[in-house]
Amino acid sequence: MYVHDDFDRTLIAERVAEFRDQVRRRLSGELTEDEFKPLRLMNGVYLQLHAYMLRIAIPYGTLSSNQMRTLAHVARRYDRGYGHFTTRQNIQFNWIKLAELPDAMADLAASGLHGMQTSGNCVRNITTDQWAAVAPDEIEDPRIWAELVRQYTTLHPEFSFLPRKFKIAVAAAAKDRAALRVHDIGLRLHRNGAGETGFEVMVGGGLGRTPFIAKTIKPFLLKRDVLSYIEAILRVYNQYGRRDNIYKARIKILVHELGAEAFAREVEQEWQAIKDGALALDPAVIAEIAARFRYPAYERLADNPIELNKARATDRRFDTWFGNSVARHRMPGYAIVTLSLKPEGGPPGDATAEQMDAIADLAERYSAGEIRVGHEQNLVLPHVRQRDLYALWRALDAIGVATPNVGLVSDIIACPGLDYCSLANARAIPVAQDLTRRFRNLDVARGLGRLHINISGCINACGHHHVGHIGILGIEKNGEEFYQVTIGGRADEDAALGTLIGPAVPSGEVVDVVEDLVAAYVELRERPGEIFLDTVKRVGVEPFKERVYAAR
Amino acid sequence: MTSPLQQKLKIAGPVVVTANRLGDGAVVYRTVDQQWTADLDDAAVVRTSEAASALLAGAAADFTNAVDAYVAPVDLAGGRPQPANLRERIRRAGPTFQLPTNMV
Amino acid sequence: MRLVKAGRIVEDRFVRVLDESAVPDGVPVLLPAARFLADAEELGRRDAPTGVMWPNNRKVAELAPHLDRLALVALMFPAFKDGRAFSQARLIRERYGFRGELRATGQVLRDQFLFLLRAGFDAFEVTKDADAGAFAEAERRYSVFYQPTGDGRATALRARLARVRTSAGQMLEAAGEFHR
Repeated sequence: MYVHDDFDRTLIAERVAEFRDQVRRRLSGELTEDEFKPLRLMNGVYLQLHAYMLRIAIPYGTLSSNQMRTLAHVARRYDRGYGHFTTRQNIQFNWIKLAELPDAMADLAASGLHGMQTSGNCVRNITTDQWAAVAPDEIEDPRIWAELVRQYTTLHPEFSFLPRKFKIAVAAAAKDRAALRVHDIGLRLHRNGAGETGFEVMVGGGLGRTPFIAKTIKPFLLKRDVLSYIEAILRVYNQYGRRDNIYKARIKILVHELGAEAFAREVEQEWQAIKDGALALDPAVIAEIAARFRYPAYERLADNPIELNKARATDRRFDTWFGNSVARHRMPGYAIVTLSLKPEGGPPGDATAEQMDAIADLAERYSAGEIRVGHEQNLVLPHVRQRDLYALWRALDAIGVATPNVGLVSDIIACPGLDYCSLANARAIPVAQDLTRRFRNLDVARGLGRLHINISGCINACGHHHVGHIGILGIEKNGEEFYQVTIGGRADEDAALGTLIGPAVPSGEVVDVVEDLVAAYVELRERPGEIFLDTVKRVGVEPFKERVYAAR
Repeated sequence: MTSPLQQKLKIAGPVVVTANRLGDGAVVYRTVDQQWTADLDDAAVVRTSEAASALLAGAAADFTNAVDAYVAPVDLAGGRPQPANLRERIRRAGPTFQLPTNMV
Repeated sequence: MRLVKAGRIVEDRFVRVLDESAVPDGVPVLLPAARFLADAEELGRRDAPTGVMWPNNRKVAELAPHLDRLALVALMFPAFKDGRAFSQARLIRERYGFRGELRATGQVLRDQFLFLLRAGFDAFEVTKDADAGAFAEAERRYSVFYQPTGDGRATALRARLARVRTSAGQMLEAAGEFHR
């Protein structure tokens, strides 16, 4: 993972000092809330229903054990003992006091953590695939590029007051685990016909009120050009994005209104003027950043060591977990382990300070001190030796992060919703909790196969419901909570928006609706191996609609 | 539960003025003597848009103590003011499930 | 309203001519874009400095041909959240090479001063006296910059490279391992 140097540390420290001064000026009344709000947002400080919320960036979802311990410390010292991992690989603390924020930020800064640009109309956390650098199907580590883009977009003088927020994702595998096509810019590293490595640049994806799948405006961009090209995109957006209506201010609207080709031409024209300027990346610059990424010294190990096989044969619970939560690693003898933060009845994506500390220790012991955060709100230990899996599992099981439901019906992605968020119209967490209880039987869950349920408490879609296999959107009708259900959405390389199955249902019926959908799927699938999403694609939405609304 | 911060001021029944305390974001209510209280029982309850506007104006001017003040409906059926919608119930009592820890 | 230039509060010597009245001789004037463009040739021959107020929703390419006649370009921040003028400023300085005074007008906060400087502004109309006084401090807030603009400040990346090149043997020390 990336090693900070004194430049990085200095920048964060200067930012903390600036924020401390801004808080002082707010508390004294020198700054009004209108003036303070954009400033605090640029440090990730929201005001929610009951308290301030602090969102900390976890750059491209990579954390060290030490950083995880710092998060645990912040949870204990400044918050209520837990944190929430988000759909953009960040962490949120829900109860921090404004007056204590500068101190909390100073503590975070000591570990290289910060909340810079996790909110506000600027470029947000650069996200990637939580299996970066260890997935077998990747062509190279996308995080080097994510770090280059992160630095380039941090406190950018020209682009800190954009029309609206801006989200960039980078990935380097054929399978898109970073949801590139629902980002403002998605960068896909790949090889062209001539064997060169470069970026497919996709622009204008996004969810929310008007969801769009991104359009490719540059099929192949050389690595050297990635920063100048992004500058051209941002400059066009900064000047021409709408500022009169916050619901029409994202770049996806500009791309849609101009048309992808016209937009691409505007970008190209701007880019031609700057492509050979100071942002052109020479190999020395790329190498300098790449050299600051440290990788574990992998041992030469064989797959399927005796310890593993024996444990699988003798311990059924372990074997079940192995089949669900362990993925192939690009190095023989190693494995990628997912830690489920979706226990039965729990708020999805939450971890207590105790869990964080334990995970930090386990990462140190079993994963070269590195942890990843996924946009499915689970954690990953990316460098585990297969022979250590059994010992690791016992420890994970003891702290409640080994529920073997990764990718299954009870591995639900949900936004905080009306229980926390002032933007929400309805609650999301209780719906998720009820669903995990209804589908508590792990054999049943396993039998249903891969099934992503996404829940959002309002149209801002922080739960990514548009791209859920089953998507649930909370709305308000006459003071009551109702939920609209969509099916068939997906966020991967075949990204698609879900289709509404019918009128919104009252909160008491949501779980029954999901059960009906699941029952319909079981009946309609060609064979058990056909996942819910593929059945929907094959037979369409009608049979599901009928089943759900027949008795309603 | 559409954000009341976007609503126009119209009073259809008893209301209070509520906001978030600047220092810690806690939910507070405006009192009769233009102070802030964390206890809904001590909130000023008004019934006319003139009174609500006056209360709100005082609240907005007090931006060194609390932010994002707005008018929220209350129920007086039981004698004491109760939140009249889910959003206000959640603001007063906190999230509707047990938090992962017991820390307060 | 205070005008801050070179870190100090200064007098604004430019006279704003906002209506249809005649442009006074011999004094620096600041004109709206439409007025300036209508008489650009003639105004360019004045023997006193001329400035233009350029709206933030108009392409600076339109102004580019006239820049060598101008002593001052004033760009607009109708609200401090509206960052269009940052792009305009960079284009005016870096693309079109303007060397005169580039002034930020409208609503800007001290927390934006460094961004404004890095974008090429060298003069600021500041609404709050307190901010005007804090200019020097605001300018010193950051010493590390990740990305290049036309301001000539060294970026962290280039500084790192320079380090690596001058002392290859001390490279590991420079990288500074984070204790895990």
